[in-house]
Amino acid sequence: MRGALLPPQLTAITSTRAGSLTIFIVRRILWMVPILFFVILITFTLMHLAPGSPWDKAGGRQLSDTVVNNLNIRYGLNKPVPQQFLLYISSVVHFDFGLSYQYQGKTVSGLLLESWPYTATIGVLAFLLIIPVGVGLGVLAALRQNTRVDYITMGFATVAASFPNFVIGALMVVALSVLAYKATGGNFFLPAAGFGVDDHLIMPVVTLALLPIAYTARLTRASTLETIRQDFVRTAWAKGLPERLVVIRHILKNSLIPVVTTLGPTFAFLVTGSVIVETVFSIPGIGRAFVVAIESRDYPMILGTTVLFSLVIAVANLIVDVAYVFIDPRVRLT
Amino acid sequence: MALPAAANIEELSAWEVSEKQIGLWSDALQRFRRNRLAIAGAVLIGILVLVAFGSPLLVHLGIIADPIKQHVEFIEAGPGQNGYALGADELGRDTLSRLLFGSQVSLAVGIMVQAIILPIGLLIGLTAGYFGGRIDNLLMRFTDIWYAFPDLLFVLVVVSVFGPSLLTIFGAIALVNWVGLARLVRGQVLSIKEKEFVEAARSSGSSPAKLILKHLLPNSLGPIIVTLTFGIPNAIFLEAVLSFLGVGIQPPTPTWGQMVFDGYEAIYANPSSVVFPALAIGFTLLAFTFVGDGLRDALDPRMRR
Repeated sequence: MRGALLPPQLTAITSTRAGSLTIFIVRRILWMVPILFFVILITFTLMHLAPGSPWDKAGGRQLSDTVVNNLNIRYGLNKPVPQQFLLYISSVVHFDFGLSYQYQGKTVSGLLLESWPYTATIGVLAFLLIIPVGVGLGVLAALRQNTRVDYITMGFATVAASFPNFVIGALMVVALSVLAYKATGGNFFLPAAGFGVDDHLIMPVVTLALLPIAYTARLTRASTLETIRQDFVRTAWAKGLPERLVVIRHILKNSLIPVVTTLGPTFAFLVTGSVIVETVFSIPGIGRAFVVAIESRDYPMILGTTVLFSLVIAVANLIVDVAYVFIDPRVRLT
Repeated sequence: MALPAAANIEELSAWEVSEKQIGLWSDALQRFRRNRLAIAGAVLIGILVLVAFGSPLLVHLGIIADPIKQHVEFIEAGPGQNGYALGADELGRDTLSRLLFGSQVSLAVGIMVQAIILPIGLLIGLTAGYFGGRIDNLLMRFTDIWYAFPDLLFVLVVVSVFGPSLLTIFGAIALVNWVGLARLVRGQVLSIKEKEFVEAARSSGSSPAKLILKHLLPNSLGPIIVTLTFGIPNAIFLEAVLSFLGVGIQPPTPTWGQMVFDGYEAIYANPSSVVFPALAIGFTLLAFTFVGDGLRDALDPRMRR
């Protein structure tokens, strides 16, 4: 069907799997453009729907008309809104998100670059924790189905999936910082805030990773239970392969496929989770900067952070979609 | 379809009624009752509803303290001290009383948001699924874009723009949640409208309105109920996060998220002021999840034994 619509030289490309894969990837990358455009459009429109001007509460007093005029000129707010939008789009393409309202003389890109390493460190560590722990627990529960191991693992997963992460974070601080400090007389406790030493990373990373771990464990358990009932697994057992080989080579390889599809949403969760975790543990990352911007109505900062977050999520989804095609050759490229 | 061998009318009807017929709903109720976790969740939710409606009465009768009244001499009192069963907060207000009153906001958000998204999701989902074409295409493209936009960020942006009133918070949470319901209804309608009984109704001259109201809607009711049930904890969670980040429903109205936020400032002096509201949020969400799981298992015909 597709071949008929394309010029002859392209028909040759699409007839091979590698060729249709290329077209699939290109189309997926192009699809990101309208998505990001609408994310910017929606956020931008919302910002301009806000009642009052951004200078209403500046410095806690009424500014004179001259000052307001000068501020509007400096931040480009004197131009018509559609023109502002087009200017914004053209500068976003160059990774220029404008000036922050809240911090005089600082650019949004500069602020994002400053806070990026904190968010990335915690996010990457959490991501590295999710796959082995989540998959490990899921496979373990499935192999020991309806035993105590299964019940405890799934009970933990259900609770971890229902409790919000700021609740888990706060409860962990009470247990591991406050009560541990009091019980050991200050000899053992985890720091509740800050960033620097390795100790600072433990609770934020665990808090962020717990919910995706729970989801991954539940999904892995379900898909593993399906896999171990298949004929090729029975054959593997029957021909006397050791348990380790059956699990790794036959069961894990197949039960991991549905897990890969959840990595996109997992990544999105890590991004939004950073907003909460960085607030709980006072980490100066992008999530914390977003909350501060929300509180002080720093619109360029809110807009810039939203665009960055959406871009990260879109790229993550793209990578997952493409990876999925390589992992599961049965996937149809449409 | 193969009929029993001696298929005269009397025998056939006798054969049909020999087994006791159970409808979908009574069957679902039976299976829901057998699910112990779901029943525990339902009981907890029942208690919460009683607490939400009963706490003003308890204050009136003098059984619990006023949740807003301050007693500065008892600031950060621990649990059991000075007659405070669960202690007092950083402004000297009774934690127990604030905890009981906090259930009002959580339940109101959970249920009001579903009440807002139900008509929107039904209308758009039914239209897109039944008529297809351009409306359907538009909806699907729209949901694609919507899913790229993390819902917590969107709610935060809307609340920061329009201010943290109860109406804004309900509206913002509903705005990010109706898409899921619309998509589900569309999918249900798409699969049901191909079934033979719908074809039969259509060919015997039913109007589109009658087809939708008598056939498509009742047959997709199960998944809709399940989706709405799971939507409740999600809405409660979003409201709690807003309060915890300090941009939610404004003081002095007691909400659990705000209590965690307030207690967090003095967590070393008085950890219990964080623990109780945190557990209240956690167990409320757990209860709704159990009920949602129970309903899903009970209403899914494939799970029937």
